[in-house]
Amino acid sequence: MRILLVEDDAEVARFVKKGLQEAGHNVEHAPNGRDGLFLAASEQFDLLVLDRMLPGGVDGVRIVETLRQQGNRTPVLFLSALGAVDERVKGLKAGGDDYLVKPFAFAELLARVEALARRPSVDAPATRLRVADLELDLLSRTVNRGGKKIDVQPREFRLLEHLMRHAGQVVTRTMLLEKVWDYHFDPQTNVIDVHVSRLRQKLDKGFDKPLIHTVRNAGYMIRAEP
Amino acid sequence: MSDRARRAAAPRLLQSAGFRFAALFTVLFGAASVTLIAVLWISTAAALDRQVLAAIRADAVALTERWRNGGEGGLVDAIEERLATDLTNESIYLLQDQHGAKLAGNLVNWPTNVELGMTFTRTRIMHDGIPADARVLARDLGGLRLLVGRDESERLQLRLLLTEGVVWSLGASLLLAMMGAALVRRALERRLEPVMRTAQHIAGGDLSRRVPVAGRADEFDRLARSMNTMLDRIQALMQGIKSVSDAIAHDLRTPIARARTKLEEAVETASDEAALRAAMEQGIADLDHISRIFQALLRIAEAEAGARRAAFAEFDLVAVLRDVEEFYGVAAEAREQRLEASFPDSIMMVGDRDLLLQAVANLLDNAIKFTPDGGVIRLLARERDDDWIEVAVADSGPGLSADERARAGERFFRADASRNTPGSGLGLSLVRAVATLHGGRVELGDAVPGATPPGLEVRILLSADG
Repeated sequence: MRILLVEDDAEVARFVKKGLQEAGHNVEHAPNGRDGLFLAASEQFDLLVLDRMLPGGVDGVRIVETLRQQGNRTPVLFLSALGAVDERVKGLKAGGDDYLVKPFAFAELLARVEALARRPSVDAPATRLRVADLELDLLSRTVNRGGKKIDVQPREFRLLEHLMRHAGQVVTRTMLLEKVWDYHFDPQTNVIDVHVSRLRQKLDKGFDKPLIHTVRNAGYMIRAEP
Repeated sequence: MSDRARRAAAPRLLQSAGFRFAALFTVLFGAASVTLIAVLWISTAAALDRQVLAAIRADAVALTERWRNGGEGGLVDAIEERLATDLTNESIYLLQDQHGAKLAGNLVNWPTNVELGMTFTRTRIMHDGIPADARVLARDLGGLRLLVGRDESERLQLRLLLTEGVVWSLGASLLLAMMGAALVRRALERRLEPVMRTAQHIAGGDLSRRVPVAGRADEFDRLARSMNTMLDRIQALMQGIKSVSDAIAHDLRTPIARARTKLEEAVETASDEAALRAAMEQGIADLDHISRIFQALLRIAEAEAGARRAAFAEFDLVAVLRDVEEFYGVAAEAREQRLEASFPDSIMMVGDRDLLLQAVANLLDNAIKFTPDGGVIRLLARERDDDWIEVAVADSGPGLSADERARAGERFFRADASRNTPGSGLGLSLVRAVATLHGGRVELGDAVPGATPPGLEVRILLSADG
């Protein structure tokens, strides 16, 4: 995947670039907003990772606004030290797809990058999600595993849906909190873990192959192979 | 004073609001005086004048009538009779024949400037041997010339006196007006001066200064009060910023120092790579903790500054609470605690959904933390009769002593019982800031008064319209 990183801090840029490259991505780096906008507008990228505050008179929000005006729909992940709720809203309103506040764990960034890059396409909405013998019917809102119906509560259904839409990818606790509960704060205790383990118990009860896996220092992943 | 200074002085004087008020005062006062005097004049001097004219005219008409009926003889009799009965000695008559010979009257000669006709004439006559001013009317009665008039000497005297009085009183009112104007200007300056002085002190950096309130409940007091309210707010904001920076300076240093020590120790003493790696992972966790504290501090500051009031919107509080209940219910269940919730169907309110959510989440988080396994936590919301919206979280934990209760809500305060549980000591600070942001407050109490342990109940009171 080809990623453009626009970040003025050399150390953060080096760290992010190296990490993404190790994860198998092709990363271009622009150290200021002007170069970033030029690269983003003239070349084809699968994802833009933008700092909000950039030198050179063009900040991250301006880059996104300009690109969106030109009809460029490349997914954008904001990476910013501006963490207030209003700032997040401002970034998303401008056309950003996700917002990560500095300081961040690289695992968190990587998980979000991959989630954005392989977003479910809007054109052909799936009505059925499947991972191994687990099947989620989005229309009847039912869950089956191995032909056996599993009772889940509405929120558990949404949790499972989110995991399955990103099957094979790491989904972090914060991502679940934001996407499934729409909570934008740190609940401190690991309530998310309790929710996931409850769901896990329901899914794996009576089956010897676990589907939801814990990824150390990162989050969770649903996948067929152990 | 140089020419330039003199030229500048006039506009500067005009620029003074005090001077303009004073000038306005003078003009109004002067206009009032002039009106008063004009009315006085018209109702005295002018009225006297009119009376004289009316009397002369009536006299002339009556004498003419007498001449028509009684002829020359009758007229002479009438004039003589009138002169005899004129006690005030003001009337003037003269009747002459065609040749200018006097037939009757108290004048010797026909006054030079008086002509026959219908108009009144002012003239100078010799009345009883004394020169006097008179108003006369002369008529031609079939060859006879009749002159009827009134001696005006006394009236003119009166008029002179009146005029003198008017001039004096006009002068006096003008003087009074100017004095009044000066007083108005002084008073205005005196009332505004403290405001100006306070503003200067504040501009100079002394935010504790306030505009003195005279206690007269007038416009100036209202201005002073609004200014003071504004200053209180600004000072509170500054205080907030200061206490956040104090907190950052003081309380972030401790965890930073701790993390630093641990890392340094690891570099010095770690025996193998595994130990070093473990120390670094611990270091990262410590940094994450610090950054969480930082985030919490900023959120509190944001709520306290009231900056988020712009984001207020109407929402259903119960929907939010049901969500939180579901979210934390699982966590309580995992510790075999029971989370009992009781809400009405809906409570509509205006506020910041995100911040309220976080406040309630903080309370539930605390409650779950401090309630022993198997305990009960209650979450309730209701609209009270006194128009407050109450959200209460009660736990069956150790509760807080009165002393601790008073200090709870201070940043980084942690009760003795909580020293060994994870947490930053910022949770209740945020709750308090959020309540204040919504025009409300936080109350702490025993969940079950008298029981051991009493448990803690935290009640957030919110105003329904933000």
